[in-house]
Amino acid sequence: MTWDFIQHGLGRWFHIGAGVMWIGMLYYFNFVQVAALAAAGKDTPPTGAGITKHVAPRALLFFRWAAVATWIFGAFILGDKLDDAFFFKERAYIPIGVGAWLGTIMLFNVWVLIWPNQKKILGLMPASDEEKAKARRVAFLASRTNVLLSIPMLFFMVASHGVLRAQVHFFG
Amino acid sequence: MKNPLDSLWGTVISGLVLTVVLYYLVRAMMGG
Repeated sequence: MTWDFIQHGLGRWFHIGAGVMWIGMLYYFNFVQVAALAAAGKDTPPTGAGITKHVAPRALLFFRWAAVATWIFGAFILGDKLDDAFFFKERAYIPIGVGAWLGTIMLFNVWVLIWPNQKKILGLMPASDEEKAKARRVAFLASRTNVLLSIPMLFFMVASHGVLRAQVHFFG
Repeated sequence: MKNPLDSLWGTVISGLVLTVVLYYLVRAMMGG
């Protein structure tokens, strides 16, 4: 087993696997759970308690740690080209650099904006009703921002081996 | 003006628009 196989073979496999878990959970929250909880809240009596108690904490656990794993394996694949990508030092690394920046902003949103506010919303840390309402809005907007950013992020992850790689070849 | 992030369609369309903007920006940065 060569180092290249470990870095670019296994590394990419784990990066994509963790990324599927992360973005899969992100899309679950935004495309399924938000609407489901809104509908459950309109039931008489409200029926969303099971989702809040049993589903959301587990989904958030895999969501936030998959985000970390995705970033670490992404950095592992880039290896000594990490700074070339992040600081756009080499032309061929500009597309993946943009993808890496988008992914990094998304990771920041997960750990700094979504998770601390979700802890208040789910009652995992004490918060007043007013704090919970504010936390709900901040977590919601950060989560929606990540859905927005995931679209160009996925494009640049793929494009760095596809359409924009062809640009490098063509214009290089 | 309504925040586009409040709707899924607004979010997805904003993501697609950002993708197009970044695509042309990256192409320009790459000299293409």
